[in-house]
Amino acid sequence: MNPKIKVLVVGRHPEIMQTVLNLINKTEDWVAEGALSDETAIELYHQRRFDVVLIGGGVEEESEAKLRAIFTFQNPLIRIIQHYGGGSGLLFAEIKSALLKQAEGKNTLQD
Amino acid sequence: MNRKQFLRNSLLSAGALATTGVAKAVIDNNIDELKPLEILGFNHIPNTKSKLMANTVLHKAETRGHANHGWLKSHHTFSFANYYNPERMHFGVLRVLNDDTVESGMGFGTHPHDNMEIISIPLEGDLEHKDSMGNVATIRQGDVQVMSAGTGIYHSEYNRNKDQLVKFLQIWVFPNKRNVTPRYDQITLKSAEEKNKLVQILSPNADDDGVWIHQNAWFHMGNLEAGFQTPYTFKGGAGNGVYVFVLDGDVTVENQSLNKRDGFGIWNTDKIQIKANTNARVLLMEVPMSI
Repeated sequence: MNPKIKVLVVGRHPEIMQTVLNLINKTEDWVAEGALSDETAIELYHQRRFDVVLIGGGVEEESEAKLRAIFTFQNPLIRIIQHYGGGSGLLFAEIKSALLKQAEGKNTLQD
Repeated sequence: MNRKQFLRNSLLSAGALATTGVAKAVIDNNIDELKPLEILGFNHIPNTKSKLMANTVLHKAETRGHANHGWLKSHHTFSFANYYNPERMHFGVLRVLNDDTVESGMGFGTHPHDNMEIISIPLEGDLEHKDSMGNVATIRQGDVQVMSAGTGIYHSEYNRNKDQLVKFLQIWVFPNKRNVTPRYDQITLKSAEEKNKLVQILSPNADDDGVWIHQNAWFHMGNLEAGFQTPYTFKGGAGNGVYVFVLDGDVTVENQSLNKRDGFGIWNTDKIQIKANTNARVLLMEVPMSI
């Protein structure tokens, strides 16, 4: 059995975060954890080895830049993507595209 | 991401996901709705009738992704929900073009959105909208509704008709600015039924015709009589492309014949010629080809 794909979701909107987490966790082979603050996100990132980081709505540009720098420094192959749409419709395509690029050996900086 | 790469990703994304373990994952539904959507599974259809040229892309109607949930029948021009096709992710910043039919009394329950410009265009029937900004409204044919989801909103959409289907287009455009304050607007197009004219229904400017969004995009609708032809000059310059969606009838765009519900994207030009071969209705969506 393949290990589950681990997704870290960073957002600021608790209800949207819960929706996104529910959607990901309902998908077999995927598991997600969420962080509503930069501090929690960094702490979780240091504790686990995530495959994909989803930057959701409300995350300020400054925070996003900081998180990208920290996450990429720790794991150059991490896929960090911006999530659009609040969970409905686009979530799976975003994650699958990220995993496809990861499988091709591309990191976020090679987009 | 530079423009070349963005175009490559949107139009030429090669690579069969089916060869990875990811594709084997069970795909669950990701729409919060009145009735749960049944699992339809992976829906990667072959693009046997797609044609990608140097500066055009053709999506024949029958090659779109299709989902039949009973109460909701939807055709997806681009990857959406259970339909994932890496070759059809977006046309520039145009990310979603869903052609939805909703049974009477049914609809999408309250669900969230963020960071997306969402345009709804009813084609038949009345669609009731409620959102977390306090808006309660009904939109019908001839109306255009727009929402900037920005930092986050909730809304629901129902077909309140007792004996009539609702058919409407759901169009999502990537915004040019993240985390804007959510907003809602709707208009009734007085000139929507005007013949042989491309009527502007959307722009980036609040004081221009139609609704406005946070993006350098212009939408026009045309109700064209057989034999009528007209040029369309791009409003946003060389970086923009136009996606033509045929609502009804047959048209020719730049020598490409199109039929009902076909889509045709064209870029790296600043003007296109449109000819109605029959009485036809078209929707032109001019959007930036790069974010």
